[in-house]
Amino acid sequence: MTHLESELKSLKKDTTEMWELVISQLEKAYHSLKTFDKDFSREVVANEKRVNSMELKIDRDCENIIALYSPVAIDLRFVLATLKINNNLERIGDIAESIAKYIISEKEPFDAELLKSTEFLEMYQGAHNIVRDVLLSFEREDTKLARSIFKKDEVLDDINGDVNDNIVAFISKYPTKMEQALNVHSIIRKLERVGDQSKNIAEEIIFYMEAKVLKHRK
Amino acid sequence: MVQKNDSLAKQNYGMYKLRAKDLNLYYGKKQALKDVTINITANTVTAFIGPSGCGKSTFLRCFNRMNDLIPDVTIKGEVMIDDVDIYKNIIDVYAYRKQIGMVFQKPNPFPKSIFENVAFGLRINGEKSKSVLDETVENALKQAALWDEVKDNLQKSAMALSGGQQQRLCIARAIAVQPSVLLMDEPASALDPISTAKIEELIYELKNKFTIVIVTHNMQQAARISDKTAFFYLGELIEYDNTDKIFTNPTKNATQNYITGRFG
Repeated sequence: MTHLESELKSLKKDTTEMWELVISQLEKAYHSLKTFDKDFSREVVANEKRVNSMELKIDRDCENIIALYSPVAIDLRFVLATLKINNNLERIGDIAESIAKYIISEKEPFDAELLKSTEFLEMYQGAHNIVRDVLLSFEREDTKLARSIFKKDEVLDDINGDVNDNIVAFISKYPTKMEQALNVHSIIRKLERVGDQSKNIAEEIIFYMEAKVLKHRK
Repeated sequence: MVQKNDSLAKQNYGMYKLRAKDLNLYYGKKQALKDVTINITANTVTAFIGPSGCGKSTFLRCFNRMNDLIPDVTIKGEVMIDDVDIYKNIIDVYAYRKQIGMVFQKPNPFPKSIFENVAFGLRINGEKSKSVLDETVENALKQAALWDEVKDNLQKSAMALSGGQQQRLCIARAIAVQPSVLLMDEPASALDPISTAKIEELIYELKNKFTIVIVTHNMQQAARISDKTAFFYLGELIEYDNTDKIFTNPTKNATQNYITGRFG
């Protein structure tokens, strides 16, 4: 293995580690939301610093690899893709943190009818699964799996598309729970962004593996 | 970023300066080039890359018939300049070579003054006019980006120049006889980074006047200065394409493995 290859391998390992951390952040926030155990949310907020420092390390490693090894072809595409994936992962980490902050600010557990009528749990599971699948496609260099993300993201878009009507209906029925309903609305919007970030990552994986640019294509 | 292929895009692709068709070359029984076919557009820089022994220098030398000097060489196929087959239709090789400037890996100035080095080609072509010689030497040294450094010491021995200056002097000597093609065999591999950068800048400037073919082991150099890159392996031309394509998304696995350092 050349020196460059071992650097790229190490970059992939660090990126996968950051990915696992971001997934675990989403999972902890979900657990906190379901059990209303705010300690999990506080842990998510505390861990956000780790996500940020990993982002900085991966950025620095990419910069070093480009400066010191002048990678070309698939190696260059891998480093460029990793830079962008890193950025998208950090944003998913931010989203997990902000969901955790909503949970911490709640005075009582989330209303079961509210969660059901907004398909909240399906949305959360869907967003989590997409992040997990896109990680698998990165690890396995599986562009078929990466392409499947686009379809899965549409499911999240559909739930998000219905959220306004569902929230309005809930608030009309339970005006005293308006604040919580609005928080759920915001969280669903953020989960929709998780889908978008994952889609961006899937595009980067395809760019890296196949040298095809899918961005901004309808 | 400057679009390196501007001049390429403006060219008529039917007007190739150099061509080779089904070229096979043997050193005795050993085949060094296998069915090489390539078209090189005028006023471009083409880089030949590949591991040692892949045939890139052998192929470069075919364009000025330098392989003729090696015993036991057999050449089959066509090598053309301006659509004239140089192995079939060129009788006077020495006259033909005036069209082709050559710069080698190691600077090889003559043990003469700077002026006489550059004027050498003109003198052996019979030029005697002092004013013509003066003007040509000055122009060649200016084109080779050396004039400002040597203009006050033209009678100084060329051997006293630094390696980078000597190499630029060799380029000036090559272009003084106004060739249309410049062949360069690893012209910067023996130079320090500053001199290398000067030679690279020079190559970039010179392509406006010459068709340049350069053999290099330095992948980044090929990426920086060439419009097209040809990758050779075991005597075969594996891939020939725009340099940005070769270095971002080569078509052949062998090319990718070589440029990413996985073999060679």
